[in-house]
Amino acid sequence: MHNAATKTKGLKSLVPRDAVQFLSTLSGLIILSAFFGLTSEKFLTVNNLLTVALQTAIIAIIAIGQTYVIITTGIDLSIGSNIAISGILASLLMINGYPILVAVTVGLLAGLIVGIINGLLVVYGDLPPFIVTLGTMSIVRGIGLVITGGIPISNLPEEFAYLGNGELLGIPVPVIIMAFLALVFGFILARTKLGRYTYAVGSNFEAARLSGINIPKTVVSIYAISGFLAACAGLILTARIVSGQPTAGMGYELDAVAASVIGGASLMGGEGTIVGTVVGAFVIGVLRNGLNLLNVSAFWQQIAIGVVIIGAVFFDRRKRKK
Amino acid sequence: MSEILLRVENIVKEFPGVKVLKGVSFELKKGEVLALVGENGAGKSTLMKILSGAYTKDSGKIYFEGEEVEINSPKKAQHLGISIIHQELNLCPHLSVAANIFLGREFSNKTILDEKRQNEEAKKILDLLGMDINPTEKVRNLTVSKQQMVEIAKAISANAKLLIMDEPTSSLSEKEIDELFRVIRDLKNKGTSIIYISHRLEELKKIVDTVAVMRDGEMVATFQYKDVTLDEIIRLMVGRKLEEKYPRITVERGEKILEVRNLTRKNVLKDISFELYKGEILGIAGLVGSGRTELARAIFGADRVDYGEILLHGRKVKINSPADAIESGIVYIPEDRKFSGLALGLSVISNIMMASVDKVCNPLGVINRARELEIGNKTVKDLRIKTPSLWQKVKNLSGGNQQKVIIGRWLVKQPRIFIFDEPTRGIDVGTKIEIYNILNRLKQKGIGIIVISSELPEILGVSDRILVMCEGRLKAELEAGKTNQEEIMYYATLYDEGRRIANA
Repeated sequence: MHNAATKTKGLKSLVPRDAVQFLSTLSGLIILSAFFGLTSEKFLTVNNLLTVALQTAIIAIIAIGQTYVIITTGIDLSIGSNIAISGILASLLMINGYPILVAVTVGLLAGLIVGIINGLLVVYGDLPPFIVTLGTMSIVRGIGLVITGGIPISNLPEEFAYLGNGELLGIPVPVIIMAFLALVFGFILARTKLGRYTYAVGSNFEAARLSGINIPKTVVSIYAISGFLAACAGLILTARIVSGQPTAGMGYELDAVAASVIGGASLMGGEGTIVGTVVGAFVIGVLRNGLNLLNVSAFWQQIAIGVVIIGAVFFDRRKRKK
Repeated sequence: MSEILLRVENIVKEFPGVKVLKGVSFELKKGEVLALVGENGAGKSTLMKILSGAYTKDSGKIYFEGEEVEINSPKKAQHLGISIIHQELNLCPHLSVAANIFLGREFSNKTILDEKRQNEEAKKILDLLGMDINPTEKVRNLTVSKQQMVEIAKAISANAKLLIMDEPTSSLSEKEIDELFRVIRDLKNKGTSIIYISHRLEELKKIVDTVAVMRDGEMVATFQYKDVTLDEIIRLMVGRKLEEKYPRITVERGEKILEVRNLTRKNVLKDISFELYKGEILGIAGLVGSGRTELARAIFGADRVDYGEILLHGRKVKINSPADAIESGIVYIPEDRKFSGLALGLSVISNIMMASVDKVCNPLGVINRARELEIGNKTVKDLRIKTPSLWQKVKNLSGGNQQKVIIGRWLVKQPRIFIFDEPTRGIDVGTKIEIYNILNRLKQKGIGIIVISSELPEILGVSDRILVMCEGRLKAELEAGKTNQEEIMYYATLYDEGRRIANA
């Protein structure tokens, strides 16, 4: 009896906890999908699943960046505003006749710059990430409103709309972009120096510093990644609705936090994976889509998502204590 | 005086894989001060945690005031009248002294806090204990010793009959220690019993009635303090001769590798100069607050200095950050490995590679997994780190193995100078010897080693040369073979104003 107990414990310790965590999030997603599959005929159709993926793409993309930041014990509240500003700048350039490629590049750069500013303020200003990004959230949103006078920019070129509404081999373009970004940034986090440093800084800042890790470079890179991914999401969103909206992306940063946390990232730092986060984003996406199909009102959906967030973290903590 | 307050019978406590307490028994009378001594890892703190309800025993009996009790929570212990004062104080720094004393037991009329009454009651207790502390002062404005007094007042106000003090003097000045001892004697006269854990054996004679010695989870002896000599206590604690405890090899001292000149940081380090040679272990002794750790951190670039030069192989180097120091081949193992050494939530491999990811990366920063695992496995094997796998989180390893992981991290870097700050703190006796053997191996390789330790036998046992610090100044350079604890203590307490330990 005693022996058996130690044996299973020994086995368990051989499986990385991240994997256990990931499998439990994934099984949550499968159970949720099975439930909607049983209750709604439409849910498990190829068409609907592609719709789910399309609806999830934007949250998943920003959640990847948010996960990087959360692993370092930070938070990026400026993501929503970043979504808006990148879309606005790209739209302005396009309606003024600049090539789409230039517009997209400028949009991405805008997000990257906001991210770098966030990182610099956190590192050199020695300010809490919450405060820094709360500030830039407001500033960047304000800049977007000033530039546009609060009025959406429409009449964007057809070719640009392809980014949000096109399909490649039957798969929506945003889903392909999401998959590509998830692979790239998942690889960076898991297999590169920057990824390793991200975990180190988040797990124990002082130990990382005393190990000679270049902290400013690491932290600024991480916020830059989050800014860049927010801009990617901003451009896709702009393309989907074919207009640059100064109010786009409001509150999206919190969806990103939710996806990361459901996917196993810890706000205490040092934990989180990109696969987990993508699955977490899909949990939210499936929940919204499934409840829509069951004709549950958007108001009730909000409640359901809140329950899932708290439930996911609750069970995770319980497991951890054992 | 002769009435028994506490009787402990045959307490056993096992953690996975280790029997920490192997049937411990002892008695404590009312108004008795008992010193509990023993090496790190002997089981003292586990025993005290059981008495204060932080751990539960596996078997055995505890009688308190003649009745058998189950102490299954800190609250139960408090209810019985057992209070523990930890080395790290547990106070709310932003609250007043009175608020801290009555935390959780506030005076209120119906719903509103009665601060006036609370301050008055706090004043009464503080006066009773002869403590000159203003009850309305915020705790963070008090010195460490005063904060400790507040903890004692808190315990007494909660009606403590048994007070457990864990290394209470480790961060106090001489004057503050006298003040603390006065309070302890006072409490004793009022009938409070005290269990006093300390590594500073010399100070025991001022307050202690009884000495209980623990070793390897057993109570090896208890006797009246007056019936025993210090040497006997040490012999019982260690259980073997000093030579075996500190395996020593002789290596011919090589060329000068490090020279520190006039290192100065306001109020912390005062004009420190010394040299380190290849294949030498240089011990740095001093009390807490003497500047030992600050000196190490300054050399390592972890803290700024105001003035001073560091020369490596006779050449001046600029060290402004740990990264600079590591680049120059200097590495540092901090004293508090959990707070500034390890990323506890990350794996063994991540921690080992933390400073050397560059070594296994291609120019794009992509890690070569196979190469990394090879280094990890080699390190685990070389240092005999006990872990189920390289993926195990470091927080699940024992203290000794955690320490080996940090040592491993730096061995991968192949440093030229290795600074150890408290290399064996909180590590069991067996692993300690392994760590000393690692020190010897490094010494043989011609690495220059600095060992900082507050355990004088350790300093004497491992060092070739010993520097003694006091108040940020180097007070003496001693040859290990020709000095003793008393001499080191003399210099370690050679304060500028001439204050000194009376019996040193």
